[in-house]
Amino acid sequence: MKLLRNIFDNVHHKLESNEKTKKFWPLIDAFDTLMFTPKDVTEKGSHIRDAIDLKRTMMLVITAMIPCLLFGIYNAGYQSLRLTEGGWDASVLDCFLAGLPKVLLLVIVSYVTGLTIEFIFCIRNGHAIQEGFLVSGMLIPLIMPIDVPLWMVAAATAFAVLIGKEVFGGTGMNILNVALTARAFLFFAYPTKMSGDKVWISDFEAMKEKSNAVKAQLADGTPIPEHLANTPELVDGMSGATAMGELASTFDASAAKAESVASMFATGGQFDMANSFFGLIPGSVGETSALACLLGAGLLLGTGIASWKVVVSFFLGGLGMAGILFAVGGNPYFDLNPIHQLMLGGFMFGMVFMATDPVTACQTGTGKFIYGFLGGALGILIRILNPAYPEGVMLAILIANVCAPMIDHMVVQSNIKRRLSRLKTA
Amino acid sequence: MSKAVKIRKGLNIALQGEADKVCANAKQAKQYAIKPTDFHGVMPKLLGKEGHKLKAGSVLFYDKYNENVKYASPVSGEITEIRRGAKRKILEIIITPDGKDAFETHDVADPNELTREEIIQKMLDGCVWPFIKMRPIDIVANPQDKPKMIVVSSFDSHPLAPDYNFILKDDKAAFQTGINALAKLTEGAVHLNVRGENKQSSVFEECENVEINYFGGNHPCGNVGVQIHHISPINKGEVVWTVNPADVATIGKFFMSGRLDTERTVAITGSKVNEPKYVKANIGARMDSLFAGNVDEENARVISGNVLTGEMTSSEGFIGYYHHQVTVIPEGDRHKFFLKDGWLSLGFNRFSMSTAYPTLLNPPSKRWDLDTNLNGEKRSFVVTEQYEKVFPFDIYPVYLLKSILTNDIDGMEKLGIYEVAPEDFALCEFVCTSKINSQQIVRDGLDIIKEECL
Repeated sequence: MKLLRNIFDNVHHKLESNEKTKKFWPLIDAFDTLMFTPKDVTEKGSHIRDAIDLKRTMMLVITAMIPCLLFGIYNAGYQSLRLTEGGWDASVLDCFLAGLPKVLLLVIVSYVTGLTIEFIFCIRNGHAIQEGFLVSGMLIPLIMPIDVPLWMVAAATAFAVLIGKEVFGGTGMNILNVALTARAFLFFAYPTKMSGDKVWISDFEAMKEKSNAVKAQLADGTPIPEHLANTPELVDGMSGATAMGELASTFDASAAKAESVASMFATGGQFDMANSFFGLIPGSVGETSALACLLGAGLLLGTGIASWKVVVSFFLGGLGMAGILFAVGGNPYFDLNPIHQLMLGGFMFGMVFMATDPVTACQTGTGKFIYGFLGGALGILIRILNPAYPEGVMLAILIANVCAPMIDHMVVQSNIKRRLSRLKTA
Repeated sequence: MSKAVKIRKGLNIALQGEADKVCANAKQAKQYAIKPTDFHGVMPKLLGKEGHKLKAGSVLFYDKYNENVKYASPVSGEITEIRRGAKRKILEIIITPDGKDAFETHDVADPNELTREEIIQKMLDGCVWPFIKMRPIDIVANPQDKPKMIVVSSFDSHPLAPDYNFILKDDKAAFQTGINALAKLTEGAVHLNVRGENKQSSVFEECENVEINYFGGNHPCGNVGVQIHHISPINKGEVVWTVNPADVATIGKFFMSGRLDTERTVAITGSKVNEPKYVKANIGARMDSLFAGNVDEENARVISGNVLTGEMTSSEGFIGYYHHQVTVIPEGDRHKFFLKDGWLSLGFNRFSMSTAYPTLLNPPSKRWDLDTNLNGEKRSFVVTEQYEKVFPFDIYPVYLLKSILTNDIDGMEKLGIYEVAPEDFALCEFVCTSKINSQQIVRDGLDIIKEECL
């Protein structure tokens, strides 16, 4: 430790002693403060300070995402292996190892791109680097489809950090959630890579070919291996779409199609309650498992980092809207059990990790309830009523982000009115 | 009508080094100092230069903007040095005592028999006026104002705060006389706010001519700002005066004896003090006379006042005009390895209001030894609703701070700047994840308001 300390002190000294290298101090400062809480003491105001700092806060958010990340890696492999020859027998470790390289690459690309831009801005502005991107950099890969090209991840991250954050003044100043900005950017700029049925399962095209080959064998009458015979998805040919995609496809479709989709959501189907809860379904890397999201929620709520007001109201908003539409009924989408509805797509992940972002959420207590409720209800509304945007939660949170300052404004105005009315009655 | 309020928001910080209820006499200090910086916004006009001889209670300087308000020397002696800072601003006026007990005398009078104007004039002449502070702005009261009420908080809820039940146990008559004088100054009532949960000494319990309110719960229940907010919040154009309970007794003694008695009981507290206790000393005494070898000064921070709102000084520094407490705690100027005791440690021995640290797993009776480390780096506002947990006002603190930062006077007025003082933001500053110095921001805001709106 002492050695490490000396190294940092030396590097600081070397950097400071040269006019040309002086401006690169945020670079070394970032690593130094990562290893050591600085020795800065209070100079003004309160002489003692709470032990909490932004680093720990952000690191706890990242820790809360670890279940999602690990499950995402496993699921990426699982989805890819399950339909290939022998894949049905793949062990947990096989799935994990199959998913690891792909997910890891996404994480690395996101962090490298984002942090490079952050450092450039810090050096240019002479500021110490703030921790905000540590969380965004992990969120971005978790809300990407597994097969999204890496250059797109880099482009989206760069866009999100530059246009979503730095132009507003960096961490703490942004209006929109940075990770969602990245996703929205890709969604609108490269829709074919962000939606549809080809991107959610790793190497889906190759897989499909294999599946077709088996089908051909079937047609020829050649016996197929026994372990593959029991894979209905394989035999039927699987679309590779997310649960939302499947449901959206029932709009304007035949009754038979609607029925076949509805059967996927019945017990034993691909998207049944258990699979949706544990997350063994196609979808963005980290968002599929409601269980993993809930584990993260437990940590965030337990440590008080995420606001329970947002989480609870977001959940109730979604549940209420899903309940209303369920009561209306009429097609498989509407007829889905509301609880089941909330476990699908990005709802849980958005609720726990996106809506709770303190910078872009409402800042007032009352505002948080309104904001969460709005986000949850809108998310389900967009998802169900607009088949073009099956991933409505992302859009809903972005809309809620945009509304947040206005909601806060109304709450603060009512406080101001209360104060003024006091003067009148006095 | 008396009120009983329990403050649920807020935070009690139990530190090591609470003063034992014993009182010693401090030895005569080598030097005393009056710091014009203690009286925020006052532009001192000195009546004498170095070498000028003074009695205790002699006028030392007056305020250029309010010439009636005069400030006295605490002891008899001679001005030996005038320490100045940037732009020749006077920081400290050093007085070396001559050992004589000479003092200015005024007529003894019973405030019950004087008119409001006579009391004000007498207090101004006797230099006891500066003990009265005003809200809003938190500065020395302006004698021309007509306060809607006067508020005295009989207890201090800051960490390691002195116990005024103990300090004033022998001053019942003086305290009552002081209250009688104050009662004449307002058309409203004098509110004496006592701690709801504790047994009060008879000084407060049997006090007459006041309205007694009961405040309990967490710090900052002892802050007058919080108490005023719950009794009758300050609106634009209104003024409330506040006086420290020990200073009420000093005002009383002035009326009873005709002289300014600057002796006060000071609590010497903090983990760096060997035997925390109370000592009797005069206003402006040099710290080392109070310590008398009782303090481990190695790598220590000496604070005049408490750890949340006090002023940094040293053992060669002087106790502040409004301070009844000195706190000495360890400096925290060392690096902390992130896993061992830094930002990513398990942190069983770190104190935090946030449940991100397992502070709550410690027994509630634990007393903490906190140092002055910032425990992080300054950041933008990120975490929300953190200040609200320790800020028992119907005010949105971050919005108020942001309106100050953007110099938005209209916004400040609307968001409630008239109701707050820097000390009310001390806990916000303590718990802040982003380490933002909100007390200074509030002070700056109040300065703007004073300049533009009063």
